[in-house]
Amino acid sequence: MRMTKAAWVLSGAALVMAAPALAADATLTIESWRNDDLPTWQEKIIPAFEKGHPGIKLNFQPTAPKEYNAALNSKLDAGTAGDIIACRPFDASLELFKKGQLTSVNAVPGMDHFTAVARAGWSTDDGQTAYCVPAAAVLHGFIYNQDAFAKAGIQQPPKTSDEFFGDLEKLKKDGTYVPLAMGTPDQWEAATMGYQNIGPNHWHGEDGRKALIAGQSKLTDPAWVAPFRELAKWGPYLGDGYQAQSYPDSQNLFTLGRAAIYPAGSWEIAQFAAQAQFKLGVFPPPVPKAGDPCYVSDHPDIAFGMNAKTKNAEAAKTFLAWVASPDFARVYSDSLPGFYSMQTQSAPVTDPLAQQFLAFRTACKSTMRSTYQMLSRGTPNLENEVWVASANVINGTETPEQAAQKLQKGLDSWYKPAK
Amino acid sequence: MDQIDKLAADVPLLPAATRDAAPARTRRWHIAVFLAPALLVYTALMIVPLADTLRLSLFRSVEHAPVFVGLDNFRVLLTDPRWSLHFWAAFRHNLYFFAFHILLQNPVGIALAALLSLPRLRGQAFYRTAFFLPTMLSFVIVGFTWKLILSPLWGVAPALLGSVGLRGWFHPWLGQEATALTTLALISVWQYVGIPMMLIYAAMLAIPGELIEAAELDGITGFAQFRKIKLPLIWPTVGICSILTFVGNFNAFDLIYTINGANAGPNFATDLLGTFLFRTFFGNQLQLGDPNMGATIATMMFLIILAGVAAYLFGIQTRMRRYAL
Repeated sequence: MRMTKAAWVLSGAALVMAAPALAADATLTIESWRNDDLPTWQEKIIPAFEKGHPGIKLNFQPTAPKEYNAALNSKLDAGTAGDIIACRPFDASLELFKKGQLTSVNAVPGMDHFTAVARAGWSTDDGQTAYCVPAAAVLHGFIYNQDAFAKAGIQQPPKTSDEFFGDLEKLKKDGTYVPLAMGTPDQWEAATMGYQNIGPNHWHGEDGRKALIAGQSKLTDPAWVAPFRELAKWGPYLGDGYQAQSYPDSQNLFTLGRAAIYPAGSWEIAQFAAQAQFKLGVFPPPVPKAGDPCYVSDHPDIAFGMNAKTKNAEAAKTFLAWVASPDFARVYSDSLPGFYSMQTQSAPVTDPLAQQFLAFRTACKSTMRSTYQMLSRGTPNLENEVWVASANVINGTETPEQAAQKLQKGLDSWYKPAK
Repeated sequence: MDQIDKLAADVPLLPAATRDAAPARTRRWHIAVFLAPALLVYTALMIVPLADTLRLSLFRSVEHAPVFVGLDNFRVLLTDPRWSLHFWAAFRHNLYFFAFHILLQNPVGIALAALLSLPRLRGQAFYRTAFFLPTMLSFVIVGFTWKLILSPLWGVAPALLGSVGLRGWFHPWLGQEATALTTLALISVWQYVGIPMMLIYAAMLAIPGELIEAAELDGITGFAQFRKIKLPLIWPTVGICSILTFVGNFNAFDLIYTINGANAGPNFATDLLGTFLFRTFFGNQLQLGDPNMGATIATMMFLIILAGVAAYLFGIQTRMRRYAL
């Protein structure tokens, strides 16, 4: 089933020879959940590819993020999916590879541009076979309104947890701005921009995450309860009625200049920069105590793989090789600020806000979201449970300890760490 | 009213059925021919998928191959706390949702119908249209509109309450565990109250004028007339409305999904069997879809609705008194 390297080379050679005959023949359809990126693909990324690859046309065909997984699975089962598949990290795509719907990409030229960590999101558990070419990671942090900080007399963004809450208190006293723009009904905000954002500083990034997977630490350990304890203190600083404030509500609240701090993911950059009428700044998640090492969630987000049933396998391989090349990294990082290339040679980033975010990578140690690898394979699903727990803790309907106990109990009911 | 009654009442045997005039050998092909289109369409679109759902619920996927497990999926769903807690919670929420509709939607529907059928009411057509309008709107529009009305940030509800000095009464109702389901039930009642209203209105119009006249001659007017004459005549229609509501409520999904998402937050407080089925069958974020457990939940929903409808048909419908008008 797996193609040998020789076969790849041969097929590559065949492609080169057949290229004139193929002219304008191959159209690759790309499945993706990034419907926000459609204009960027059409105006920048696709022309960049087609310029260097005459004979291959790209057709970017995104689905709404919410429906993507379900829609993609049905299309793959029915044999109507596109040639190139945007891969969600970890199990969702691993399942597709195991079903034989994605192929190995080990032999794609340029896969050596990625570290093992970068490939981990789209590799088999033993790390031997990669099935998607990593495209972009997203970083977490906080975006703030510089006017609001000036108004409340905050000189510098907070570095420690105490400073963070001190600043929130100042903003609350000043009263002009809602201190924190976040709501709980959508749940994933609370988990992703709350728990997974501030958590790595407490559980020490990769060390903690790996210990959890290995079964050496538990979600009820102090390091894992601590982020919940912090979240429990967020409630009073959120907007009035935050229990019913949806994700777009929070975005608008911030970009309209009514809130001071927005717990963010780097994917917000382009939209915020376009909409906000005030100066934006960013700061990494505050550390528990001054001098503590800092960690930042640098989460593998998007990769591209090949539909095993594609009729344009050669063209698809050419595209994947391009995704693994520095050319793609440059175009992608540049046209979609906030999505960072995962190649070892970092692509230049021009957007100033995106640059500030990128600086977290050098100042702090990178890690990924704790629930994604292995731990969300069973029922109950840890990631989804963390959504509910984070929202409950902020709403004050569950204590941090109760939330942690429930999560660990759910995990224990099916997860047996490898010995 | 007439039609519904005739449909529901026992059909007397027609003399033609017993006469058996045609010779035994004549094959009446036309019966099959006329039945075929409806039968085929119904079989292809309803019976086959239903049977396939039942079949799916008896299998489990092990290493990507279906394995027959009998009723084990049902045992897991009903007894394994990882599933049963969600299942029974969703079932309780469904019961609450239904009770709310029965206790509010039907009485309000009857009251509106009674008011509309008053002969001297002005602007009848306007009210009728206005009350029925939400029913014709898409649930997406209804969900989105109410989400905006009740939004603590941009909604008119906090401003309206504020203008009469009751800003303190406003709460983010859709986001609180204690109030979310009730709020959704109220929105749903608001949307669908038009259906019982219209059916009952039609039934009331069908009450012959002589009957009302006779009542008036006997001195029964006003509310007493409604209670003693009209209400008994519309009970069968109310029954039909109730059963429609029951089936609709236990299949409810759209409004919850539009307003509070597939996770039916906060903390699953608005989780109905429909949203539970959706999450299980199609998957949700990192949770992969499980068609087999999904089919098991769908089968349970089918059985619950079947039991409810059967109880109504045999327990209530047969005992209802009917009057020939």
